Amino acid sequence: MDVIESGIGELFQPPDPDGFREWVHTRKNTKMVDKVMSEQDAVAKFVADGDYLGTELYGTVRAPMSLVRETIRQGRKHLRVAGQGVHEIDLLLAADLVDTLDITYIAWEVYGISSCLRRAVESGRVKTTDWSNGGITWRFKAAAMGVPFLPVRSMLGTDTLKYSAAKVVNDPFTGKPVCLVPALALDVGLIHVHKADKFGNCRVEGISGFVHEMSRASKKLIVSTEEIVSTEEIRKYPEQTVIPYYLVDAVVEAKYASHPGEMCYRYWRDGEHLQAFLKDSADPAKTKAYLDKWVYGVKNHAEYVDLVGMDRLRQLESEIGAR
Amino acid sequence: MANYNESEFLICLASKLMEDGTTAFVGTGIPMLAGALAKRMHAPNLVPIFEFGGTGASLEKLPLGVGDSRTFHKAVAASGICDIMETACRGFVEYGFLGGAQIDCYGNLNTTVIGKYWPPKVRLPGSGGANDVASFCWKTIVIMRKHDARAFVPKVDFITTPGYLTGPGAREKAGLPPGTGPYRVVTNLALMDFEPVTKRMRLIATHPGVKPEDVVKATGFELLVADQVGTNPEPTEKELKLLREEIDKDRYYI
Repeated sequence: MDVIESGIGELFQPPDPDGFREWVHTRKNTKMVDKVMSEQDAVAKFVADGDYLGTELYGTVRAPMSLVRETIRQGRKHLRVAGQGVHEIDLLLAADLVDTLDITYIAWEVYGISSCLRRAVESGRVKTTDWSNGGITWRFKAAAMGVPFLPVRSMLGTDTLKYSAAKVVNDPFTGKPVCLVPALALDVGLIHVHKADKFGNCRVEGISGFVHEMSRASKKLIVSTEEIVSTEEIRKYPEQTVIPYYLVDAVVEAKYASHPGEMCYRYWRDGEHLQAFLKDSADPAKTKAYLDKWVYGVKNHAEYVDLVGMDRLRQLESEIGAR
Repeated sequence: MANYNESEFLICLASKLMEDGTTAFVGTGIPMLAGALAKRMHAPNLVPIFEFGGTGASLEKLPLGVGDSRTFHKAVAASGICDIMETACRGFVEYGFLGGAQIDCYGNLNTTVIGKYWPPKVRLPGSGGANDVASFCWKTIVIMRKHDARAFVPKVDFITTPGYLTGPGAREKAGLPPGTGPYRVVTNLALMDFEPVTKRMRLIATHPGVKPEDVVKATGFELLVADQVGTNPEPTEKELKLLREEIDKDRYYI
C-alpha cells in the first residue's frame, strides 16, 4: 500500500493506539465511584499545560462553556486544540492559551467570521493544520476504535488534504486512491450533557454531534451536566446512555453551562450576548474587557449564572419553544 | 413587478433548485433560507440534511447554525456527524448547497485562507463540512452572494472544497466518487452550469435586466456562455411575503 500523497501539515497529536490502550488499562477506573466535583477541582486535576484538548458539540450548541471558562480562569496554557468551534475556541484564543490548532471550522455561522481566529493565526502566534469536519470526526472515531487510522473519501484532490497530515494510498482492494486520516486521541475532552449520574453515565438529548466518538477518544474526560439524576433512572433506560461511566473522570453539575449557547429542549441561544461578544471581539481591548467581566470576573459557574441573571435565563428557556 | 433586493432574488432562485422529494445537504446561511422557502412553496417533501445529525426537519423556524435545535425540529431523525457524513458517502444525498469566498472555472471553492497558507493574509473559517459535502453529494450547488472578479478568480488561493479540480476526469483520478461534482452556481447576477465535456463553468441564465456580457465582465476567468441564455424568474409576491414575514423576519440575510 504505497503512499501516493502526504499532507504537509504538522501532526500535533500522532496516533499511538498501544499507548492509548495502556492508558485505558491502567488509568481508567472500572469501579463505580462517585466522580462529582466542582469545576475548579475537575480542571485543576484533569487539565494540564500543553494538553491536547477537545470540546463537544460546538460553541453555540451544547458546548461545555463553563468548563472552558474555568480552564481560562486557571490559565492552562500551551494547549493544542481540535478546532471545530465558535465561542468556546474564540475564548481560548482570546486568552492566548492555544499554541496549535487542528482546524476544521472556526467562525460564527450566521453572524460572521472570527476576529479572534484571524488575529491568532494571521499574526503567526497559532499554528494550524486543516481538516474537514468529517475528516476530524473520523480521526476521533479511529482513536475510539483503537486503530491507527481510517480510510475515508474526504479531502481528496484538495489543498485541505495538502495542508492536513492525512495520507493518500491506493486502496489494496479496489486499487483506487483513498485518504487515510490518523487517529486523534485527546489528552482531555470536555463535554456538556443533559443528564448524568454521579458515576458519569450520561444522556444527551437531540442530535448527538460527535459525542460518541470524542468521549471514546479522550484519555481524560470531564463531563458537565445540566442535572444529576439517580443511577436507578439511568438503569431504567440504559439505551439512552451515550457515555458510560468508565469513560468519565469527573462529573460537574452545571445548569445553564452552555450559555450563551443553547441546550436543546431546555434553553435557546442568547443571541444578544453572542452578537455583543462578536462585535467587541474585533477590538483586542474590548475582547479583554469581555474576558475580565465574564470569565476572570467571576469565581465559578454559579457566579456566572448570577451575572447573566435568572430573568434572562428564564427568557431563554421560554424561547426554546415546544418540541 | 415586485420590489426585491439581491439577497431575496438569490434565495428565491436557489430555492427553485431544491427538488421535492429529494435529499439536500444544507449549509449555513442562504441555503437554509432557500430550504425553508422551498418547503413552503413547491417542495414540502424536501428532506433537509444537516451535518451534525438533523434529518428531515420541518424548517418552520430558521436554523442559525448547522447544529442548532431547529435543524432537527419535527425531524425524522437526530443522529450525529458520522452517521450523516457516512450516509452521504454511501451515495444517499442528492444535492449539496454551499457557499464560498472564492470560486474558479471548475467550481473549486476557497473558504480557508486569502494569501499563502500560514501565516495567511486573511484566515477564513476553513472547510467545516463543505469538503465532505462536495466530495460525496451527487450534485453540488454553489451560492455566491457577490458575482465579481474578486470572488470569481482564475485560481483560488486554496482549494478547500473540490469542484472538478483541474478538469475532466480529475475528481475520479483523485479518488472521489464517480458521477459527482458541481452542478449549478447561483449568484446575484446569474445562473451557471458546467459544460459537460470541459467541466468549465457556463452561463445559462441571467437575472432580469442583466446582460450576458455584464456577467462575463464580472467574472475573473473566461466564462463560457450557452447558445441560449435564459432569464431567471423574478421572486413572486408570495415568496417575498414568506421570506419577510416568516422565514427571515429577524433580517439575518434579507
